[in-house]
Amino acid sequence: MIPILGLVAGVLLGLLLDPTVPLWLQPYLPIGVVAALDAVFGGFRARLDGIFDAKVFVISFVSNVVVAALIVFLGDQLGVGAQLSTAVVVVLGIRIFGNAAAIRRHVFRA
Amino acid sequence: MSTDPPVDPPAAGEEPEPGARRRDLPAALLIGVLTLLLGFAFTVQVRNSDDEQVLAGAREEDLVRIVDEVSSRGVRLREQIADQRSALRQLTSSDSESASALEEARTREASLAVLNGTAPARGPGLRLTIRDPDDELRVTDLLDVVQELRGAGAETMQFDGVRVGLSTAVTGAPGALMIDGRPITAPYEVLVLGSPQDMETALNIPGGVVQAVGGRGGSVEVVQQPELVVDALRPLPDAQYAAPDTDD
Repeated sequence: MIPILGLVAGVLLGLLLDPTVPLWLQPYLPIGVVAALDAVFGGFRARLDGIFDAKVFVISFVSNVVVAALIVFLGDQLGVGAQLSTAVVVVLGIRIFGNAAAIRRHVFRA
Repeated sequence: MSTDPPVDPPAAGEEPEPGARRRDLPAALLIGVLTLLLGFAFTVQVRNSDDEQVLAGAREEDLVRIVDEVSSRGVRLREQIADQRSALRQLTSSDSESASALEEARTREASLAVLNGTAPARGPGLRLTIRDPDDELRVTDLLDVVQELRGAGAETMQFDGVRVGLSTAVTGAPGALMIDGRPITAPYEVLVLGSPQDMETALNIPGGVVQAVGGRGGSVEVVQQPELVVDALRPLPDAQYAAPDTDD
């Protein structure tokens, strides 16, 4: 319940405040969002599996975001930021797909 | 892919205790904050990428057209800027021109007023006292004084309380002389502004004013003054026939 409330509140806040993203954050924000989405899907799946752990969720959430941003940052320094961003998004996308499939099996038993 | 082992969060080895659904408060708070941040960042990112998405999804021809439009608009705006700049420059330069012209006119007016005798003047000069015990001085003698002083660079003077200007006339008979129709009586006191040394030298040359006055039984006392005030005024004559020629 809390995660859903938090998500809704965050979306509303973003709609109301409508801030502009500072320039230095612009390459990292989308990657961070995707990484955090991955963590949230993983957490939801663990919840359905009955093995959800708050500590694991928090740590995986934070480390996912940090590692993703770090990879993009490294890529920027090496001059392959765009490609590495794509790579990160692809990997996270695959993981999100896998988690979504597991959730689907739980919910629809199919 | 549907048979992938569970990924990150449901880490293997985590022992879900039975009845561990009660999370402690800090963890719940952390989760709430994290998801709130995620929602916030998600919305911001979606909002932010809205504008860029328009261009990112556009085809090449559209992009070329958009670039064309933007650059032509830039050219137009730049022309506008240049126009406004030149207009501004014109306005400011004409402003300063008229200001300096006004200042020049003011200084000319001031010096003309001193020359004409319509304004009081102050400066270094001579104070002459012309004595005429025998009433022998004639019109020409006084005119000689005025001319000699003018020739020596006198800028303005007053003669026994009468300001001497362009059209000043000396009339009358010896002993009853008049300047501009006003009677004057000896001793005549002359205040004159100009270079004191030059004027005194001019008055004292052999055959000059001092000698001429002395030859008629009078005397001229010359005193150099570092600061004199000539405060007798003349009315400004209205030009009846002559009008300024304004054609340059």
